Amino acid sequence: MAAKTIISRPIYGTLSPQPGKHHLFIADAEGALAITDMAGKAPSGFFDGAEIVFIPSPESKHIAALEALKPMQLHVAPSFASLLPRLKQTLTNAHMGLRVYLAGTEGLIGQAMQVALEAGIDHTSIETEHRGSLARRMQCVHCKGITENVTTQPATCSHCGLLLLVRDHYSRRLAAFQGVCINAEDRSEIPPIEEAFP
Amino acid sequence: MSTGTTKLDVVVSDVVPVNDLVTRFHFRRRDGELLPTFSGGAHVVVEMRDGDRTRLNPYSLMGSPLDTREYTISVRRDDVGRGGSLFMHRQVKPGLEMVISYPVNLFSLDLRARKHLMLAGGIGITPFMAQTAQLAGAGGNFELHYTCRTASLGTYADLLRERYGNRVRLYHDDREERIDLERLLSSQPLGTHLYVCGPAGMINWVRGRAAALGWPPETVHFEHFAAPQPGAPFDVTLAVSGKTIHVGEQQSLLEAIEAAGVDPPYLCRGGVCGQCETNVISYDGKFIHNDHWLSEEDHRSGCKIMPCVSRFEGKSLVLER
Ligand code: FES
Repeated sequence: MAAKTIISRPIYGTLSPQPGKHHLFIADAEGALAITDMAGKAPSGFFDGAEIVFIPSPESKHIAALEALKPMQLHVAPSFASLLPRLKQTLTNAHMGLRVYLAGTEGLIGQAMQVALEAGIDHTSIETEHRGSLARRMQCVHCKGITENVTTQPATCSHCGLLLLVRDHYSRRLAAFQGVCINAEDRSEIPPIEEAFP
Repeated sequence: MSTGTTKLDVVVSDVVPVNDLVTRFHFRRRDGELLPTFSGGAHVVVEMRDGDRTRLNPYSLMGSPLDTREYTISVRRDDVGRGGSLFMHRQVKPGLEMVISYPVNLFSLDLRARKHLMLAGGIGITPFMAQTAQLAGAGGNFELHYTCRTASLGTYADLLRERYGNRVRLYHDDREERIDLERLLSSQPLGTHLYVCGPAGMINWVRGRAAALGWPPETVHFEHFAAPQPGAPFDVTLAVSGKTIHVGEQQSLLEAIEAAGVDPPYLCRGGVCGQCETNVISYDGKFIHNDHWLSEEDHRSGCKIMPCVSRFEGKSLVLER
């Protein structure tokens, strides 16, 4: 689990079954295991009203395990962008009582959270569990470009090419960590680049 | 140390009978200044000096928060209560000088909500009078479902219908009209917050159904001032102040502590705010808990009591006060 440092740094928990009849799960890669682990604690019939949206890892693992839960619907998508229109539609048609569960990488949790918040759901009522890679979604404060899957510290902005310090400062609105130029005084100064978010 | 209950010197500017059971009281400041601003859902504690006895009862402010020239409250007559409402109905006349607390809001709107769904029962309509006025002024999205016994006891029902039209639904017990709660709670858009004020049974019913239907607790707001119940007299030892007090049949424990010259904290005097929470040092007997603050576990443990509404029966009770 990711460490808690500054206040905006998200804190993730462990998925637990909430009361109600309608449940929406959004997960990527190893996040599927958070759902299957939670299923052990769920009352019988829980998945009858559940929709699972899953973005598998390149090896396509865990799809069968999710199928075995017999959710009302299981939707497998290649990327977050590809499932976004469907997700927005689901949330627009949803009513109070729908519970949202997010599991997997920080990038996935953050982006799905953002869509849920836009739909009017309070972040305190969303269940989250971090699983798998610690890779971060980063916004460059200089050019505002978003770089996905950042694993190093510092990291290069994929838009303007500046070398950025990946801060723990997190924006819920952008679902991204803030990246600030690490060598603004002297661009020739290149600090060692380490694998920080494996 | 009555936390947050700084006092206001007011004069009763009007007394208006509303129906067989309910009377409205208007207060203005004695010095002619404006009253403090408040938000919809706030209440004041009204001091009732009745001979040598002082009662302090909370009442929701029902006027528009946009108008601070006067405060208005509506009091339902309770013929079997401890006499606070009877005092208001019988003794309070225009021109009477009274003391009330600053407003305190324990039932405020969550203004991040996309929609406000309000459920009122009986005199529980009063905080919604202020909240609907506040929301209507700001273009807020709300819907009010109001259950009353009969049309003639539907306090302010006509006024609300006139102001807000279809946004107000009425249900009359005598016509067997019942809220279809299941359907209502299952058809609200995401981002709706739920507010309930009325009798304890109604609040428990709505909270229970909302929780079972998956409404997150932070979207469900409720207010119920438990009026202190009369009961058998009992004796209490206050360990910190070294006093032994007697709680009369018509007195609350909090009032008895105050009468002994000890000034414990309070805000709501209705078992909801948590301010008066008091540790029990020892006891031999049984508690009659009437609050909405302590958990069931706390109630069972015998370690805590809310003296504004709860009582005791038995041989001895020692409080850390
Ligand atoms: S004064 Fe509020 S709970 Fe007792």
